[in-house]
Amino acid sequence: MADKDLQVQEKQELQTKSESTRNVPMFVPAVDIYESQNELTLLADMPGVPIEGVDIDLREDQLTIRGKGAAEEQNGTILLREYAVGDYYRQFTVSNAIDREKIVASMKDGVLKVVLPKAEAAKPRKIEVKTS
Amino acid sequence: MAIIRYPRFSEFQSPFGEMERLRREMDRLFSDVMGRGPAAMTSGVFPALNVSEDADKIYIQAELPGFKPEDIDISVEKETLTLRGERKPEQVENVSYHRRERRTGKFQKALTLPYAVNADGVDAQFKNGVLKLVLPKAEHMKPKKIAIKSE
Repeated sequence: MADKDLQVQEKQELQTKSESTRNVPMFVPAVDIYESQNELTLLADMPGVPIEGVDIDLREDQLTIRGKGAAEEQNGTILLREYAVGDYYRQFTVSNAIDREKIVASMKDGVLKVVLPKAEAAKPRKIEVKTS
Repeated sequence: MAIIRYPRFSEFQSPFGEMERLRREMDRLFSDVMGRGPAAMTSGVFPALNVSEDADKIYIQAELPGFKPEDIDISVEKETLTLRGERKPEQVENVSYHRRERRTGKFQKALTLPYAVNADGVDAQFKNGVLKLVLPKAEHMKPKKIAIKSE
């Protein structure tokens, strides 16, 4: 996968019935989710969103990430416009096996990283089989 | 390597906001009717660029989230801007991926500019994953005002 050249990924616009109050399109950010033994890590591409524009919400079992894009600067006349600038929104269902108190989020170069540590009970445990 | 010559869309000039909203509404209409939006007006080469100009500068923006400034290579020669770079994958071991949507790899894009630019005055900034370039137009390319002398 590392040898292939990067292809343009059309930004996916969110299809919802409710409209946001801001007059910008709402996009679904590309996300990587991987699981290690102790934690679940989520990486979301949200270019143009400053740290103060990120909103992470965890209630019940829904994890919602929202990114407010910085206002687009308009310099002179447009010659070429290959992408649109807007906000980001994505929602996930997380299992109860996450230790909510210890969730850590950081933002760098337009990539949001959320680390969700697993609760003790969910970590893989070896169960010994005793002979009876 | 792809050389891009972009079409001139006169309808994208002011009033810009209205036209953009109209275009978006039309896109939505198309995707509802045909199940797929009309062909995007992009070159299809990564990264997607937004180019604009005023009297003496050309402004270019590209969304490059997760890239490091040292992995991006920008070179300007007369009327061609070449962007080259690579996004390296995360270094993680012993993990299982539930979702893998973010792409990694190399890219190379050459853009032919409508004016020659002064390569020494190019300003590049990388903030929040967005690369912003300001290219000053070469002196002889700037529009010159011609005064009318009256007899």
